[in-house]
Amino acid sequence: MIEIKTIPEGDISTIKIVGDVDASSSIQLDNEIQKVTEQKATKILFDCEELNYISSAGLGVFMSYIQYFEENDIKTGLFGLTDKVQNVFQILGLDQLLYIGTTKEEAKSHIDEQL
Amino acid sequence: MNNYNYKVPCSKDKLKEIRVFVSKTLSKYGLDEVEVSTLVLAIDEVCANLIIHSHNCNPQEFIEVNVLVERGKGVTFQITDTGKGFDINDYQEPTIDELIKKQRKGGIGLILVKKIMDRIEFKTSSKKNTCRLFKKINVI
Repeated sequence: MIEIKTIPEGDISTIKIVGDVDASSSIQLDNEIQKVTEQKATKILFDCEELNYISSAGLGVFMSYIQYFEENDIKTGLFGLTDKVQNVFQILGLDQLLYIGTTKEEAKSHIDEQL
Repeated sequence: MNNYNYKVPCSKDKLKEIRVFVSKTLSKYGLDEVEVSTLVLAIDEVCANLIIHSHNCNPQEFIEVNVLVERGKGVTFQITDTGKGFDINDYQEPTIDELIKKQRKGGIGLILVKKIMDRIEFKTSSKKNTCRLFKKINVI
């Protein structure tokens, strides 16, 4: 139902999310972000190309880290969202609080510009 | 007027089945992918809330989802259960800022439902709770 893995590339950790992030699976996303932050990642990208669905449980996980990312100077960006997934972020205005790029390159340059 | 029904045990694993049921039902009526997925999201949120908070994920208990499609009017979802009643309209949702500051993960599902649906009604009788959600949308 959900598959999450982290691909390290240089100083960037890319968390790839495949499948549905809902009330039953959001804990896995939470655990993965926690794991990556514990490894002291400073740049995290979220590959959402194969993210099929996200509910409030998944949005809640992202939201719960927004402040942590800011306080710990961790640069983040999401990319590859389908229209229906992006729409869920937009309904709550989270697209204003989290960077959402079209491609991985775009999200990478966003992170680099912030440094 | 067309009526569709789906009954599932109160287990979080069943949320995907509910989404597939609502999605398949609505995609017969000429709605685009984003419209369908937005309505699926609202129903998923209400069902997740009931399964987790009213039924403590007890698979011996059930919720029932009913979809009523009326051409020229819109879609009415009716979610029925026998748990402790919970009226979404009484829920004072937190703001997004508050949630971020408190680093809370929950609490936004019902904000989404209220933003997506046009009308939400809640009725409770001695044993049955009914949450009815209406969306005016062009079904063909």
